[in-house]
Amino acid sequence: MNEFKGSQNYVASEELLRAANIAMVLGKPLLIKGEPGTGKTMLAEAIAQSLGKKLIIWNIKSTTKAQDGLYVYDVVQRLYDSQFGGQGVDDIEKYVKLGKLGEAFTADEQVVLLIDEIDKADLEFPNDLLWELDRMEFHIPETKQTITAKHRPVVIITSNAEKELPDAFLRRCVFHYIEFPDKELMAQIVRVHYPDLDQRLLTQVLEAFYRIRQLPQVKKKPSTSEILDWLQALTWGGVDPARVVKEVPYLGVLLKKNEDMDAMRRVWR
Amino acid sequence: MFEDFLYLLRRYGLKVSLTEWMTLMEALDKGLHNSSFTGFYYLCRCLLVKSEADFDRFDRAFLEYFKNVPFQQEVSQELLDWLNRPDTLLDHANWDEEQALKNLGLSEEEIERMLRERMAEQNEEHNGGSYWVGTHGMSTFGNSGLSPTGIRVGGESKYKRAFRVAGERRFRDFRGDNTLDTRQFQVALRKLRQFSGLVDLPPTEFDVDSTIQDTADNAGVLKVRYKRPRENTVKVLLLMDSGGSMDYYAQMCSALFQAVSKSGHFKDLKVFYFHNCVYSWLYNTPRQSYGDGVMTQWVLDNLPSDWKVIFVGDAQMAPYELSGGYYRTNAKDTPQSGLDWLNCFRERYPHVIWLNPSPRPDWGGYWSQTYDTISDIFPMFPLTVEGLEEGMKKLLSR
Repeated sequence: MNEFKGSQNYVASEELLRAANIAMVLGKPLLIKGEPGTGKTMLAEAIAQSLGKKLIIWNIKSTTKAQDGLYVYDVVQRLYDSQFGGQGVDDIEKYVKLGKLGEAFTADEQVVLLIDEIDKADLEFPNDLLWELDRMEFHIPETKQTITAKHRPVVIITSNAEKELPDAFLRRCVFHYIEFPDKELMAQIVRVHYPDLDQRLLTQVLEAFYRIRQLPQVKKKPSTSEILDWLQALTWGGVDPARVVKEVPYLGVLLKKNEDMDAMRRVWR
Repeated sequence: MFEDFLYLLRRYGLKVSLTEWMTLMEALDKGLHNSSFTGFYYLCRCLLVKSEADFDRFDRAFLEYFKNVPFQQEVSQELLDWLNRPDTLLDHANWDEEQALKNLGLSEEEIERMLRERMAEQNEEHNGGSYWVGTHGMSTFGNSGLSPTGIRVGGESKYKRAFRVAGERRFRDFRGDNTLDTRQFQVALRKLRQFSGLVDLPPTEFDVDSTIQDTADNAGVLKVRYKRPRENTVKVLLLMDSGGSMDYYAQMCSALFQAVSKSGHFKDLKVFYFHNCVYSWLYNTPRQSYGDGVMTQWVLDNLPSDWKVIFVGDAQMAPYELSGGYYRTNAKDTPQSGLDWLNCFRERYPHVIWLNPSPRPDWGGYWSQTYDTISDIFPMFPLTVEGLEEGMKKLLSR
């Protein structure tokens, strides 16, 4: 049985590990929500890596349609070929190209499929995938072919909650909300990325970071990826740890909005 | 096994379906809770709850059902809420029947005159009395007072009774750099565009996909297809109540305003402000300075009836502000009261909704009179994401 225990590069909370394992055992998609920068996308990579499986990423954009994930029937190519007398124009199968979901279904061994940022797509998008994710199969009318998953892929779906997802869709998922890591867990996460970091610097950085996050005036809260960038900047700049809390150097790495910077400067000590 | 828990969750407002419940049973059967109570808790939560907003509700239900099972838990949100409930002052000690009747008998003009006199006389703070400008008392002016009529001076209108807000006319500017999260509102507003793609326009836009499809189906003989343009034809007139009792909802209104103005996908958008009810003038800014606005009649004359009109207001005012001729102009043939003006809008525009940030006041209350009158004229929706979605549907219905 597959069991995910976190990986060398990914520190997961116990709850997250449980949710991931529950989803895998039940064969249901795992829906991950959470603040931006809490490592939603990274999770899929970590799971794939620790299980030793191939990861297929389906990046969702505002124009993505459910059909794109299943297959694309390249009519234009076929039209071209027919007019210029190409070979095998009668073979429709040649012009049917599988999308990411189709790819995951037809893979010879179990894969991890990441449907990234599902909330970016049209409101109806998740509904269009209900059947396919439930039964793990779809039909291609052009070739009268039914694609059925050889091995049920581990499906991981991330959402930034920009749009509400339909109830029918949610009912089929295992849900987990990644909470923002507390200081302890954050220290662990940082350690994973920078094993040789000076302990004094880390303590100071964490203190400054969590104080900034608590300021009600700061609207766009810095997240994990920002603290990692900030640490890199501080190490690279050779900043003395004693100065970190007092002066907050390289503030631009943490705060991305003008108003937030001004607000912070006003209230910081 | 413990079906009661399912029903308890549903009573707590969690929409747990049978599918999810059966999944939980399957998971328990497979031993996914690791035979531990904490494991069981997480298992239930990740299978039955689908939004972090519902986590707290789930926790409460879980605690109630399994309260006899020892369970380590931080202070629950419920308890925090109890502690947080603001204390209501024991005002009734100051109630004076005789004074109340006397105050009811006064006309607005008299009260205004009296206020001017007192302001000239008064030079210190007064609370709980019946004569001076102060708080918690029986005088006809001041703040948080008990008099059935009167003028509020400064502060937030605790009892919403002051029929006019004197002194504090600094209305919050909705255009301020407020960075509230308006995305949910924007998503709701986007509905107004999706449907507008279906309007009946001549097919003028070249349709690449259908052309290729049909040409291919036609064995390569070209077949040109056109489609209806997807341009948004929705034009929106947004009329917002500002100031007075609307100050409570300033943040919410601001979020709505930003969502509407940011979404930028309407063919045309006009925003005007009014106070309590629409009268002969509409203002360009929430401050409603005199002269900075347009005649309401001009709007009615110049914006055709295909405009969609959205009113935003709490629809709570003194009844005479709605039906009385208090703010009428001298011209005889124009609408006389706020109610007349609202009826003009209803007759002119087939698609009007009223969004209300405030719930209907309790039954029989003074403020529910105008609320009910206005909701009879226009379909009224709460100013929430769901209410907004409902409203958008109403605006698009034919």
